[in-house]
Amino acid sequence: MATVAATGESLSLGRRLALLSWPLVVLLCILAGIGVAMLYSAGGGSWEPWAVRHVMRFGVALALMLAVALVDLRFWLRYAYAVYFASVALLVAVEVAGATGMGAQRWIDLGVVRLQPSELMKIALILGLARYFHGLSMEDIGRPGRLVVPLLMILAPAFLVLRQPDLGTAAMLAVGGAAIFFVVGVRLWKFGLVAVLGFAAMPVVWNVLRPYQQQRILTFFDPESDPLGAGYHILQAKIALGSGGVFGKGFMQGSQAHLDFLPERQTDFIFTMLAEEFGLIGGLSVLGLFVLLFAYGVAIAIRIRNQFGRVVAMGVTVTVALYVSINIAMVMGLVPVVGAPLPLISYGGTAILSVMIGYGLLLSASIDRDAMIGRSGAPEDG
Amino acid sequence: MYRDNERHRLFTRRAAVLGGAQFAAAAMLAGRMYQFQVVDSDRYKMLAEDNRINMRLVAPARGRILDRFSSPLAVNRESYRVLLIAERAADVDRTLDMLDRLIGLTEAERSRVLREVGRRRSFVPVTVRDGLDWREVAKIEVNAPDLPGIAIDADLVRDYPHSIKSVHVLGYVAAVSETELGNDPLLQLPGFRTGKDGIEKTHDLALRGKAGASQVEVNALGRVIREVDRVEGVPGNDVRLTIDIALQAFAQDRLAPHQSASAVLLGAETGEVLAMASTPAYEPNQFVRGLSADTWRSVVSDPMTPLLNRCLSGLYAPGSTFKLAVALAALNARRSWPGQRIYCKGVMELGEAKFHCWNKHGHGWLDMVGAIEQSCDIYFYELAQQVGIDRIAEMSLGLGLGTRLLDDLPGEQEGLIPTPEWKLASIGTRWQGGETLITGIGQGFVLTTPLQLAVMTARIASGRAVVPKLVIEDGRSAAPPPEPRFPALKIREAALKTVRRGMNAVANNERGSAYRYAIRDPALALAGKTGTSQVVKISRSERGTGVLKNHERPWRERDHALFVAYAPLEKPRYAISVVVEHGGAGSSVAAPIARDILLEAQRRDPLGADAGDRLAWAEALPGQG
Repeated sequence: MATVAATGESLSLGRRLALLSWPLVVLLCILAGIGVAMLYSAGGGSWEPWAVRHVMRFGVALALMLAVALVDLRFWLRYAYAVYFASVALLVAVEVAGATGMGAQRWIDLGVVRLQPSELMKIALILGLARYFHGLSMEDIGRPGRLVVPLLMILAPAFLVLRQPDLGTAAMLAVGGAAIFFVVGVRLWKFGLVAVLGFAAMPVVWNVLRPYQQQRILTFFDPESDPLGAGYHILQAKIALGSGGVFGKGFMQGSQAHLDFLPERQTDFIFTMLAEEFGLIGGLSVLGLFVLLFAYGVAIAIRIRNQFGRVVAMGVTVTVALYVSINIAMVMGLVPVVGAPLPLISYGGTAILSVMIGYGLLLSASIDRDAMIGRSGAPEDG
Repeated sequence: MYRDNERHRLFTRRAAVLGGAQFAAAAMLAGRMYQFQVVDSDRYKMLAEDNRINMRLVAPARGRILDRFSSPLAVNRESYRVLLIAERAADVDRTLDMLDRLIGLTEAERSRVLREVGRRRSFVPVTVRDGLDWREVAKIEVNAPDLPGIAIDADLVRDYPHSIKSVHVLGYVAAVSETELGNDPLLQLPGFRTGKDGIEKTHDLALRGKAGASQVEVNALGRVIREVDRVEGVPGNDVRLTIDIALQAFAQDRLAPHQSASAVLLGAETGEVLAMASTPAYEPNQFVRGLSADTWRSVVSDPMTPLLNRCLSGLYAPGSTFKLAVALAALNARRSWPGQRIYCKGVMELGEAKFHCWNKHGHGWLDMVGAIEQSCDIYFYELAQQVGIDRIAEMSLGLGLGTRLLDDLPGEQEGLIPTPEWKLASIGTRWQGGETLITGIGQGFVLTTPLQLAVMTARIASGRAVVPKLVIEDGRSAAPPPEPRFPALKIREAALKTVRRGMNAVANNERGSAYRYAIRDPALALAGKTGTSQVVKISRSERGTGVLKNHERPWRERDHALFVAYAPLEKPRYAISVVVEHGGAGSSVAAPIARDILLEAQRRDPLGADAGDRLAWAEALPGQG
């Protein structure tokens, strides 16, 4: 195996299929299946309007993932910057369209599907940063000057997304980027420096935020102050969660969800509904499956022998893990309500697409884990 | 290559740290989940249940009020109202237009409905109109397909089928007032009504019943999804009265020509109130529906006080009817004897004052029976002096005057039987001898209610300490007590007999003051006593120029006409008192009313052994009132 990869030749399609990490694919399918079941319940015991579309979307996303996985990693390396800049261009496009359109313009209407560039941006950012750090040696990483470009690569899209305004995604891009900085070996004191600068910049950021975003953060720090306003959602989510108990109220028996006390039960608050209907056991099971998924991702990333693949795999894992943690923490009142879906389970087109494309890249990197790729992108001889 | 290996090792370390961080985050979330779903679960389950379940009280049906033969006096009638549920109406305006064509909506109704529709959630029904009659309901039902969003709702409303004829006994119900709001959650229920007067008020708790509860599941918007559980309420108890509604209505009709009058018919032995009529009366069904402020004001400020039950709230000087008590006091104390003869020359002097008989020519020599028969004032001035005010007062109280007698109705007046001590305490001056004299003919300070006069008559007729009774059962006391046998009065039988003979003579001797209004059938004949109580003191100058005839004086200054009577003569069963305010002489105005009611009472004979069966059968006949 190693010898094949070392030559830098591409693997055959059959070979790639054989090397595919099938347990990971199965894990993704199980999680999506749980999503379908919950959306069936959220629809009041009906495939319409959410469950059936979730199945279709996951089907498309699964095919896309496999397609991405079966493409040689070096292809993705070659086009990484292109994908990144295309995504930024899309974000700018929404910004322009958004200036003329409604308040919170987050998507481009392509007719068939509404494209949410901020979702694609998460993947594009991972690709772009991975490509950049692939070309950096240990010494380069030690030089602060070499970190300015990747910093801008993070801040530019984050700023654009913040303007949309989508605080959650902007923060997620920043934290995901930071995780990549961390994993490639940037010194810890530099993170500390950025954190201090970030604190100093907080008043500026606060003024960029829309009033409703400010309100959400304020409500988070004092939910009781507004029990019928923004705090109402958190309170009702807590009630739903807590009243589920250990064994839950049973499939489609969640009174909080089915009597509309639970806001956004098909998207952001789907985990609450799951925990209400299946209790602690159901909630822990889903959490366990996610942990397994992340452990798998980390294990794969560590075994990859080229920097690009490693960073991509780790970036995808960390991003998805962030989403899962933020979503669950949000519905349990640990972080403000920021509008972060639960990957694979929440209803939503672009979200599931971007997650699956991300895992496609991770799988591609996994298949080509032994490929030695030079810093410039050319095969390296060992 | 070495550098790359180093890069890989660093990556692996850092990736492991990130993986660990993810695991830690997951563990923290799991801990939080445990906190919610195990530790605090009970609290959240309760909150979820609170969210989900709404308790709604269901008002129980109010108990009925029945007469002695279980004929309904107060019932619950279905009332219909039109509701508009905006979310079911495609176009609220068009639906209202259509409804307007059917039942005619006023501009005010329309704008109120539109205002409420705008203010409430679209699934909350808005009342368009209350109290529809059956024909209007039928019209709406037939046109239902053209009236999207319109619904008909039935509600129970108190109804008094005899309307004004029973109102002073029954009272009425109306919306709960602020001061009534107590612990019973029923009272908080919108539209709930409590008794405000009469039996409806005094027996409100028995009639009210216990609230039922409906547990409904609601969603976050408050829309009712389904009923989870329902506990039926306990309907209120029926209250059965001693009243015979046929006699009650008869008495009320008989009083109707007079502006202000009252009549109380009792069972002479049993004390049962068979009829209690008072006029003017008011329409209780109007009160149930809710009066407009104007109507309310006009009823309350009416100088004729239609809200007053004169039978026990009206206070009158008893006039000559009080002579029965004076005679009994004298005879019982042996201060007089039936054969005592006194000469009436039309006037009597006491010190400097002159006391007149109503017959200024004088009655001549009279014995006790004759004095009662002709209601001679001079005889009773003498008698009062002989027996003294204290014995008169004692006898009056023993006959039921000056005391409250009936617990079952609100607003009963105590009346007043004056004594020297009373006068000293409340007016501050000493009792004058002349005051004993005018008390002897039922004038001066003495005040009684028609009910007290009826009780006095029943006691004289039966010789027993009869206590009036209005309620047979209200379902609260375990079983109706056995027919009470009242203890004998502490009055010598000979005294009672003499007074009864006098009352007999009043009606059945040619010289009797009520001879013209007697019952000629000996089996049904009545014995009674007339009374005329002065409202305005007759002045000295008037004495000189001649007293104005009653019909020459303004109505307000005319005398009250009184008559008390019992029938039949042997084993009396019915006792009555009639008071016609400003009616003039008791003999000509009050006596015929009393006669008619006593005659009707004996014809129906509700106290006869077979009365229940007999009357029920008679009422079943077509054409019977």
